[in-house]
Amino acid sequence: MIEIKHLQKSFGEKHVLKDVNLTIEKGKTTCILGGSGSGKSTLIKCLIGLLETTGGQILVDGRDITKIKSEMKLAAVRRRFGYLFQEGALFDSMTVGENVTFGLKYLTDVPEADYPKIIKEKLALVGLKEEVAKLNPSELSGGMKKRVSLARVLAVEPEVILYDEPTTGLDPIMSDIISDLIIDLKNKLGVTSVVITHDMHSAFKIADKIAFLYEGNMLLQGTPDEFRKTDNPYVKQFVAGSSKGPIQMKLMKE
Amino acid sequence: MFTSIGKYMMGFFGEIGGCTEMLRSCMFWLWRSKFEWHQTAQQCVIIGVESLGVTALTSLFTGMVLALQAGNTIGNIFGDPIFVGTIVTFSLIRELGPVLTSVVVSGRAGAAVTAQIGTMAVTEQIDALYTLGTNPIRYLVIPRMCAFVFTLPILTLFSNLFGIIGGYLVSVYALNVPGEVYLTDITSYMGVSDFMHGFIKTFAFAFMIGTVCCYKGISTRGGAEGVGKSTTGAVVTTIVLILVLDYFLTAILTAFGI
Repeated sequence: MIEIKHLQKSFGEKHVLKDVNLTIEKGKTTCILGGSGSGKSTLIKCLIGLLETTGGQILVDGRDITKIKSEMKLAAVRRRFGYLFQEGALFDSMTVGENVTFGLKYLTDVPEADYPKIIKEKLALVGLKEEVAKLNPSELSGGMKKRVSLARVLAVEPEVILYDEPTTGLDPIMSDIISDLIIDLKNKLGVTSVVITHDMHSAFKIADKIAFLYEGNMLLQGTPDEFRKTDNPYVKQFVAGSSKGPIQMKLMKE
Repeated sequence: MFTSIGKYMMGFFGEIGGCTEMLRSCMFWLWRSKFEWHQTAQQCVIIGVESLGVTALTSLFTGMVLALQAGNTIGNIFGDPIFVGTIVTFSLIRELGPVLTSVVVSGRAGAAVTAQIGTMAVTEQIDALYTLGTNPIRYLVIPRMCAFVFTLPILTLFSNLFGIIGGYLVSVYALNVPGEVYLTDITSYMGVSDFMHGFIKTFAFAFMIGTVCCYKGISTRGGAEGVGKSTTGAVVTTIVLILVLDYFLTAILTAFGI
């Protein structure tokens, strides 16, 4: 279980995360919603130690990872996490197959002789054929890039997968395929998933719990049903995807 | 005006601090992890072997123009183009070989290193390395810095050789200096210390190019524009520093009798 307590993150004078509190249950999918620039990516980058926090705690099974300063110890914590980057972040100097097995070399003792089998297995898990392994990332479509990136994450068998806007930039059908994939992985492998998104359709489909991040604070946390029925005007406007409401008014005041 | 100067100084010292921190991290990972031999060998090919053609061509013509200038000038003064071999070789081995090779390598391979690492930084590939259990200093920076330090001295040796050949061709075929005289001029007046003078400089230049280019790459922010700025900044900084370092190294090495 991951507990985020009073988390703060500032970049100079800009306070991106002011007081974030969130509990991420083991084996469940938690979606973090929020508009562009609300600090969603900052939050999950703090979670995996890519960004140093300014204050607060991130407790992973009771251990505060914000206090870890040693690069080696931090790498051991990161070992438990997988991160699906928004644009895939595939290494463009390597083939798809080399990308998928990259983490195995550094995070596991799996012998190289097993790599072809793992490539085939993980690509199949994300719905891709073995032949894709020979291609370069530049030859892939946006949806394929995300799936290869997910295969790369799955190859090292993390306990927690952090998804950074997994459906952004994809067509509705491919978005739905990715959503199904997230559900499948949770059911088949029992992984804990943290998904940051502003795709409401996907969030309602995959989430066990939804949290809404607004102006550096968690405005609301609850089940998808609670989100549908909420009276909170900010959340209601976001869920409806309307340009009229307090969020718009706030922008106009600024 | 004072604000601008202050901002510039802050930026300058910030970069020095960043480079120092990167070097400290390099030392840490160099001793604490397995050396990336495969990556280093790959970079030696990209930085060293692939730069051989352009450095050889540059040096060949530098040697040729040195011989032509020296031959004509000395010919006008003394009537005969004497000591052309000495002048060409002396200039090349002590100064022009290391400096020109470093400038060419900086423009060709240094820019490529900054652009590649910079692109990786803005497309989150550096973050991806962290999440896959690899420190980018260990995986990207150390192999490239080592490749610069391994290959630049060797490239300079080839560069010197091609420069001397260029000088020989002009001396023999344009200035009508007998080939034996050109070669005797080299062997009679050049010592091991002259060779060492230039050779030691190349290590310092290689280390500096590797440090600046890798740091500029890894600290890149701001998309394609950021990559462009970092790459330009890396090339300009390294070329200026090559010339500045060259002066101070010459003064120090000469003081030590090298």
